[in-house]
Amino acid sequence: MEKFTTLESTAIPLPIENIDTDQIIPARFLKATNKAGFGDNVFRDWRFHKDGTANESFVLNDSTYSGSVLIAGNNFGCGSSREHAAWALVGYGFKVVISSFFADIFKGNALNNGLLPIQVSEGFLKELMNHIQSNPDAEVTVDLENQLLSTPVGDITFDINPYKKTCLINGYDDIDFLVSKLDKIRAFEALIN
Amino acid sequence: MGKTLFDKVWDAHVVDTLEDGLQVLYIDKHLIHEVTSPQAFEELRKRNISIARPDKIVATADHNTPTVDQHLPVKDELSRNQLNQLAENCKLNNIPLFGLGHENNGIVHVIAPELGITQPGMTMVCGDSHTSTHGAFGTIAFGIGTSQVAQVFASQCLLLQKPKKLRVNVNGKLKSGVLPKDVILYVISKLGTNSGTGYFCEYAGSVFEDMSMEGRMTVCNMSIEMGARGGMIAPDETTFEYIKGRDFAPKGEEFDQKVAYWKSLKTDADATFDQEYWFDAEDIQPMITYGTNPGMGIKITENIPELDDASFEKSLKYMNFRKGASLVNQPINYVFIGSCTNSRIEDFRVAATFVKGKQKATNVTAWLVPGSQRVAKQIKDEGLQSIFEEAGFQIRQPGCSACLAMNDDKIPEGEYCVSTSNRNFEGRQGQGSRTLLASPLVAAATAIEGKIVDITQN
Repeated sequence: MEKFTTLESTAIPLPIENIDTDQIIPARFLKATNKAGFGDNVFRDWRFHKDGTANESFVLNDSTYSGSVLIAGNNFGCGSSREHAAWALVGYGFKVVISSFFADIFKGNALNNGLLPIQVSEGFLKELMNHIQSNPDAEVTVDLENQLLSTPVGDITFDINPYKKTCLINGYDDIDFLVSKLDKIRAFEALIN
Repeated sequence: MGKTLFDKVWDAHVVDTLEDGLQVLYIDKHLIHEVTSPQAFEELRKRNISIARPDKIVATADHNTPTVDQHLPVKDELSRNQLNQLAENCKLNNIPLFGLGHENNGIVHVIAPELGITQPGMTMVCGDSHTSTHGAFGTIAFGIGTSQVAQVFASQCLLLQKPKKLRVNVNGKLKSGVLPKDVILYVISKLGTNSGTGYFCEYAGSVFEDMSMEGRMTVCNMSIEMGARGGMIAPDETTFEYIKGRDFAPKGEEFDQKVAYWKSLKTDADATFDQEYWFDAEDIQPMITYGTNPGMGIKITENIPELDDASFEKSLKYMNFRKGASLVNQPINYVFIGSCTNSRIEDFRVAATFVKGKQKATNVTAWLVPGSQRVAKQIKDEGLQSIFEEAGFQIRQPGCSACLAMNDDKIPEGEYCVSTSNRNFEGRQGQGSRTLLASPLVAAATAIEGKIVDITQN
């Protein structure tokens, strides 16, 4: 997993609520056996018409907006547990998603792939969304060590589990940790059997 | 202070607790399928880690499989590759696989209960959000991402924050024609799609006590549609009776010992929840969804709400429905009875009761997809197949099918489908398809009438 420490970037506003993982990556693209290439199909059916031509009205096709921060409406990532959604966002180049609420499984999948979900209040999200929509060149800064999100509409601190924060900063994942616990796990198995 | 059912099962599986509150949770049963496992196997191979407990894993092929001609090689190259990869990974790692054509094959959340693999008090995971289904047995069962599939492969454990606790109580007696699917669609329509996020849900009250195991599975299946990682129902005589004698269930004295333990898996009277809701069974009627998330549901007799909200309007535009309109008499050309929500024998029995002696409307394409080979056999053995075929329905072979349309079972662009599945997201059943979620009874009635009807009038 790639390390995450700080980020300074412009942002892409996507003011839609309840964006489910089927929208982030439709099921017909889940047939790969590796993690590569999902970025090409992120938000596929919003980005492209059925004939394959670009939907110019979708924000990812609007050259006004760019950056590795996605600002999305409430309850982002609901629905299917497919980690392909996180792979698709990371593959496209996103490093941070800001929303007022994240679905559980998506949040875990994002953190396991170096994609930082930052939860902010609904009021803050609305203000930030509006500002970025009318000021596409505005930048936001993320400082993970200090859990600080700096934006043109204000600076806030965000929550993250301390263990997950350490993992992101160092590029570790839970497999390393769990494998280090195998003796304890074996002892537990002996106890329950 | 007393413990909840959830506490009892969770606490019995904690291997270790870290300083910041994260816990190492032991997993009793890990179900895998072709779509969310290949990258996890690959991860372990890359790190040269072996699978900790292959004996605690069960594999099936269900998500991308065709529902016709399963005896022939799978036509779609990518799907075939994924299925071959699963078979190879299972063989290399000594994992039992119920592949295409196997008598135990079927949708992962249908086969594990029917084979007696799912048992009360277990922790179960699968790389599929509808793993919550197994909570019907009083198990802690939840969906995980592929990184977590790899973690369970490597350690038989997950590192988790214990979720908060939520209880949904529904008491009273359900009206005739109101099915478990209506109960859960009603609850989600009242609470919304993110009300359960961060929680594990327990369903309690006489409505769930009176339900069959199939009905309880339908309810628990859709817990994730209100955001809850899982939902569970305390095991009782209905549960024990269901499990008894199944292939992988404990037998004889061992079964009796297990039942004695399973009986202790109930929420104590003095236990508390972080959040609790109460509903009255009398208020529930046959439901249908009109929008693009499972919370956008109404009673069939109600009109679409009139909200001023951009996301709501986007959803109605996609569905081509108007605010304030009624869905009764809406023409429907596609009906799908299947998916891990409603593809068990009871679902086909209730559909057959309505269909018997009638004819499918000529405008309707109706797909009936059993959840497993065993359900398919039951449909035949119980004489339901002839009822459906005489009515003009097509019974296909088991799999996830048109629930997520990874195979060829796709609803065409712009068409409406009344579906017994769990998600009505944009394009879920095929690009541009429009899904209306409902019970198997409403779906059967739609297929006969060729339009949405108020079944409470029948």
